[in-house]
Amino acid sequence: MLEIKDLRAAVNGVEILRGLNFSANAGEVHAIMGPNGSGKSTFAHVLSGKAGYEVLPGSQVRFQGRDLLELPAEERARLGLFLAFQYPVEIPGVTNANFLQTAANEIRESRGLDKLDALDFGDFLREKMAYVNVNPVMADRFVNHGFSGGEKKRNEILQLAVLEPSLAILDETDSGLDIDALRIVSEGVNKLRSPDRTFILVTHYQRLLSYVEPDFVHVLYKGQIVKSGGKDLALELEDKGYDWIKEEVDSNG
Amino acid sequence: MAEMLIAWPKALVREGRELPTSGVPGVVTQLRAAGVTQLDGMTAPHKGQEEFRHTNLTALAEPLFRTLARPATLAHESIASWLYPDAAWAQIVFVNGVYCPALSTRRSLPETVYAGGLAEGWTGSHAATLEAHLGSCLGARSTFTALNSALLQDGAFVHVPRNTVLSAPIHCLFISLPQETPVSVHPRNLFVVDEGSEVSILCTYAGLAGKNPVLTNLVEETVLGANTRLDYCKVVQENAIGCHLSTHEVRQERDSRQNAFFASLSGGLVRNQAYTRLAGEGTQCHVSGLYLCDGQRTVDNYLHIAHEQPHGESRIFFKGILEDDSRAVFLGKVHVFPGAQQTDSEQLNNNLLLSERARVNTKPQLEIYADDVKCTHGATVGPPAEESVFYLRSRGISESTARGMLTRGFAEETLEAIRCDEARGRLAGHILDKYQVKR
Ligand SMILES: Nc1ncnc2c1ncn2[C@@H]1O[C@H](COP(=O)(O)OP(=O)(O)OP(=O)(O)O)[C@@H](O)[C@H]1O
Ligand SMILES: [Mg+2]
Repeated sequence: MLEIKDLRAAVNGVEILRGLNFSANAGEVHAIMGPNGSGKSTFAHVLSGKAGYEVLPGSQVRFQGRDLLELPAEERARLGLFLAFQYPVEIPGVTNANFLQTAANEIRESRGLDKLDALDFGDFLREKMAYVNVNPVMADRFVNHGFSGGEKKRNEILQLAVLEPSLAILDETDSGLDIDALRIVSEGVNKLRSPDRTFILVTHYQRLLSYVEPDFVHVLYKGQIVKSGGKDLALELEDKGYDWIKEEVDSNG
Repeated sequence: MAEMLIAWPKALVREGRELPTSGVPGVVTQLRAAGVTQLDGMTAPHKGQEEFRHTNLTALAEPLFRTLARPATLAHESIASWLYPDAAWAQIVFVNGVYCPALSTRRSLPETVYAGGLAEGWTGSHAATLEAHLGSCLGARSTFTALNSALLQDGAFVHVPRNTVLSAPIHCLFISLPQETPVSVHPRNLFVVDEGSEVSILCTYAGLAGKNPVLTNLVEETVLGANTRLDYCKVVQENAIGCHLSTHEVRQERDSRQNAFFASLSGGLVRNQAYTRLAGEGTQCHVSGLYLCDGQRTVDNYLHIAHEQPHGESRIFFKGILEDDSRAVFLGKVHVFPGAQQTDSEQLNNNLLLSERARVNTKPQLEIYADDVKCTHGATVGPPAEESVFYLRSRGISESTARGMLTRGFAEETLEAIRCDEARGRLAGHILDKYQVKR
């Protein structure tokens, strides 16, 4: 469902992603780890269509049979791609309920489905909030406005639950969470796992991966996937750090 | 230009001298005379004056000041959409500054409360209150306020006597009705809330369509006695060539609370100038506002809060949205007197620019002469944050919808300050209509 070949992207003329290859099938959970500044967020942003990145010629990203790099951000989302932001944005004046109803309906419309009215959507939203353990009062609060760090991350998971994407990329959704918040977020992710939904979990911490067990673990370093393995690789990284991988890569030149 | 502006008041003042004088209380006669005297010694407002430095006064064309609007009547149908449908409200209506009892409803008011025309009020049982307070808040501000005094004739008068809590708001509706020539209207409002009372006052300034402009030059005085609460919401919706200049003077006695909102939705030139004196200890003054500018319009807000006594709290939160070639001016001045310790003041002005040609001059200022105070101020001017646009688009929302949502959200956030549901709802509807489909 996702196939990436030789993805190269630059910011302000500096190449950050330098020939990245990656593929995932429906239902798989992939963890992407790597030292600070290796290009993990850049990878997530380029996939989601954020402006400010120059995708270099020769890069190929196929998602659900389409050329992803050709599409504007909103069409990628309608095709089933979802990014949980490392730093979710506050939108004062727009309520969560209004935001999610608008998003859900634009996605439904693009798929030829009827729009949900406020009543039907309200029921649907309440159900999803209960499902991922988010306080119902959050529906009427302004999007992320004045939310704590943990509340913002949980709000991302709520959006994931409501928009039901086929590919969910979580950029450090676990960072900065205390253990209770981490458990709630992880439970949300586990509940949302399904045979037709793929996850890419960008994380620094093995801790998340003990709650959400990945099928594959990859190391991103200097803009490339330099090592891939099973869930044991995360344990090994937790134990030994990244130096041994860096040495391996840097000596191979 | 300068000579032209100096010439205008004289013609009008001649008309003012022909105003009826029989039954007019001494205070009114004195104020008119003082206004005439002040005008003699005053220059017209010009850009050399701090408070008019950024204001485009050219919209105030000379013909506006040649003629006073004549009294006029209107059919109820032509104003019905501006009224609020709730029958429990007192709604007093003015056409070109003159009170129209036939269009007004006051049945629901308690007998002890007065709400109606100033000229009607100065003969009735609340005349003593009017005489005690009219002119008591107004300083010698500008040619406009002097002109208003010189031409003092009518306006809204509300008196809420001691320990009275009004549950329903009082709505004052001012209709500008264009005439065969450009005209000016000079309403004078007086709101007196006696000790221990609470009231909500909504004022709507609505312009009907017409070929010629109407200038409203309003002066409003508000006296808040000890331990009172006023919720105030003023909405300016003049027609596209209408001008609205206002000077609001509020005096707050100890432990009084004022929660005011200024919405400037339409009109060729709108200027709100609000001065509040926190004259007693422990007062609270929250003033917020929203201005929506497009075309060639100018909206100008000038806010002045004087913390004269300790333990005062003030908040000034104003937001504006600018499109096309429009222009906004925001000047905020919080003045903390020596001895006004424990003052707590915040001031913020945010502007959303939807056009590169729109211009904003914003200047939140502090002048502090006490040492134990907490005061902040700030301002922002800029286009919508691209980060926010991307966040919405990444959820499947189209770019144009995203921009519309952000614009409406920016405006709607200010409405949280309004306690009256009906007023807030009406403004929310206006925002929704105006920014539904973003160009
Ligand atoms: N907008 C930008 N302008 C300039 N440099 C950028 C920009 N965005 C990213 N970079 C650079 O690209 C490199 C990769 O950044 P990226 O945020 O993708 O790393 P990361 O792997 O997510 O790091 P972290 O683990 O700290 O989140 C860094 O060197 C960063 O400084
Ligand atoms: Mg990152």
